[in-house]
Amino acid sequence: MNKSYNFLLAGVGGQGTILASDVLSEVALAAGYDVKKSEVHGMAQRGGSVNTHVRWDAERVYSPLIGLGEADVLLVFEEAEALRYAEYLKPGGAAIVNRETIEPITVTSGGARYPTEDEVRALYRDLAGRFHLIPGSALAEEMGNARAGNVVLLGALSTLLDVPAETWLEVIEGRVPPKYVELNRQAFLKGRQAME
Amino acid sequence: MRRLLSGNEAVARGAWEAGVAVASAYPGTPSTEILENFARYPNVYAEWAPNEKVAVDVAVGAAYAGRRSLATMKHVGVNVAADSVFYASMTGMEAGMVIVTADDPDMHSSQNEQDNRRYAKFARIPCLEPSDSQEAKDMVAAALAISEQFDTPVFLRLTTRICHSSTAVELGEQVPQAPASARFPRNPTKYVMVPGNARKKHPVIEERMELVAQFAETFPFNRIEWGDMEGGEGKLGIVTCGVSYQYAKEVFPNASVLRLGLTYPLPPELVREFASRVDRLIVIEELDPFLEEEIKLMGIHCEGKSIFPMLGEFDPRVVRESAIEAGLLPASAHVPVAELDKPEIPPRPPVLCPGCPHRAVFHVLNKRKVPVTGDIGCYTLGLLPPLSAIHTCGCMGAGIGQAHGADKAGIGERMVAVIGDSTFFHTGMPALANVAYNRSNVVTIILDNRITGMTGHQQNPGTGYTLQMEEVPPLELEPLVRALGIERVKTVPAFDVKALDETIKEYLKAEGPSVLIARDECALLPSARRRWLPLRVVADKCNGCTMCFRIGCPAILKSDELDGKTQRPKARIDPSLCTGCEVCAQVCPRDAILFRAQVEA
Repeated sequence: MNKSYNFLLAGVGGQGTILASDVLSEVALAAGYDVKKSEVHGMAQRGGSVNTHVRWDAERVYSPLIGLGEADVLLVFEEAEALRYAEYLKPGGAAIVNRETIEPITVTSGGARYPTEDEVRALYRDLAGRFHLIPGSALAEEMGNARAGNVVLLGALSTLLDVPAETWLEVIEGRVPPKYVELNRQAFLKGRQAME
Repeated sequence: MRRLLSGNEAVARGAWEAGVAVASAYPGTPSTEILENFARYPNVYAEWAPNEKVAVDVAVGAAYAGRRSLATMKHVGVNVAADSVFYASMTGMEAGMVIVTADDPDMHSSQNEQDNRRYAKFARIPCLEPSDSQEAKDMVAAALAISEQFDTPVFLRLTTRICHSSTAVELGEQVPQAPASARFPRNPTKYVMVPGNARKKHPVIEERMELVAQFAETFPFNRIEWGDMEGGEGKLGIVTCGVSYQYAKEVFPNASVLRLGLTYPLPPELVREFASRVDRLIVIEELDPFLEEEIKLMGIHCEGKSIFPMLGEFDPRVVRESAIEAGLLPASAHVPVAELDKPEIPPRPPVLCPGCPHRAVFHVLNKRKVPVTGDIGCYTLGLLPPLSAIHTCGCMGAGIGQAHGADKAGIGERMVAVIGDSTFFHTGMPALANVAYNRSNVVTIILDNRITGMTGHQQNPGTGYTLQMEEVPPLELEPLVRALGIERVKTVPAFDVKALDETIKEYLKAEGPSVLIARDECALLPSARRRWLPLRVVADKCNGCTMCFRIGCPAILKSDELDGKTQRPKARIDPSLCTGCEVCAQVCPRDAILFRAQVEA
């Protein structure tokens, strides 16, 4: 197994980044890694910018935080947030971005401009070794529940790591209510397909 | 069993394992989840107190009665509780007592970044600092043992990064403790701090701290990790504590490290031994140069804040770059950050939620252009444009006193103070008693959203439930306010723009103090969520006048459609965000936003 991974997850409050980082951390323990997870958020509000640092190491994780330029993988749930946290990515690292836009109030009723998808692509073309814009929310919506978009993204992320899909599914099944288990299973597999 | 626990969850677990029987707290980020988790363990008593001072007194009382106890709070909560911390240091107690102070470097959710290790020295109490969740759990038991051995309350100092990071923890079993004493202690020389007794006690607590310093020499959470003395980092010696230890190990894997788990008082011999065997002694600690000053007071040369920042939070990068600048690491250690040509990224500031019951009050206050002294809670966000209706925010309970002072100073405007229900119970009540007693023309608005909102929905004396969800008689605001001496009191539904405006207009002209209670549930409470009903804009009627945009609701968006005459974008409502509070419908001059009844029809 790889010695270590640094993940930065970012998105907008309510998108399920916390659950995704919980799953990512438990998968690490299940796969025999040491792990630390740190939620970095300010005042708890619906709709704020949120990010979580998750670090895996085959031996021992020290710092719970990742510095700028130190993330192996960015998993971002919203396009403007993908721009906001880009400096965390190690040049040549992998970025998986959900094709989803959530306009903040500074755009909807202020004068700020929301970036275009082309701008997001252009930025990561130069920065990332691998860049994937995944329609996670749309795929989840097709399955009947937009809230499973976070698990679609985890499915996509899982293809970059050397942990069997079964381990991921066991962790996910342990964390969602029974009636949503099948939905989340399908969402995870959709995410894996989306990376093919 | 190994489980991932946040620092806060770990402290709760540690308290339960160590037999803490009574825990009291006032919610405050980043400490809140400790009591929320502790309250779920079997056979424990846990409560939300109205404020941190009460919480510490409760913990003291339980410890006087012979049960292990815990009080938790955010760093500024210790300011509120300080009086009690200081007497508790003087009296000691019958069983162990721990006070958790959760400091907030970088002020993620606070008004300052005070370093509460200063309080440990100030009050003569030991201070423990964990570096991860395992230690956060284990140090609760260690702190209680120190408390009992040395007859003193003990600080467990966390920081946001410890509180909100999850790391693997080996769980333990509960260690049974003795039940409460049958009889409350009658020991006046110990527990009655009149001057005669206090004078006898002061030398005892000074001597106590000498004894704790000796104890610290062999305390297992203080340890030296000798590095590779021949390695590239030479004979570098690092003194560190808390989460900074993790950054030190990451950035200097080969250096020798003195990790202090007990950061007050310091073990003088251990520090001396470590310092004597390294060439260059540096201290890596967030915020104040606390360890650095203590080491320098021992006459030992060291460097700390001349290298590492005193402001904000560390991460590996901050530590590494500071070290490179100081020549501790070669320039080749630098981790490059991409120089990106980024487009402008729209800020995503915290805002009052859609359907927030505070919005209409701030809309009226903004319209009336009155000076408003604010307080601590979600409603502080009323400062942001377009509402722009909060003009001060200092600390819990400050706003009412500030408004009274400005009025007594002869300011030429009528002062308005706004305060939330939980904050009013916390420290607002004495300030309102002062307004009533000393007669000022202050208009106090209590924003009663039926919950402690900002920290994530904790019960308070007004909600009718305790932390452990026992149903109790709610503390009613109207009779309470009257009892404090305010005669002019009115309760208005918080979403009724007209009634709020009329009442505020009347109160601004009235002689003497008045209190408006603006009452409606926080929109995120389950009972409020069940009533969510998105409203709609009738595009034909909207002419883009912008009145609804000016209430700053995230659910109201500019549509792509322009009004033919004004050429301004018409409004539209995001159905996934709108709760149907109707504030926008009330301020719309053209009846272009449908009310709930119209939507339902």
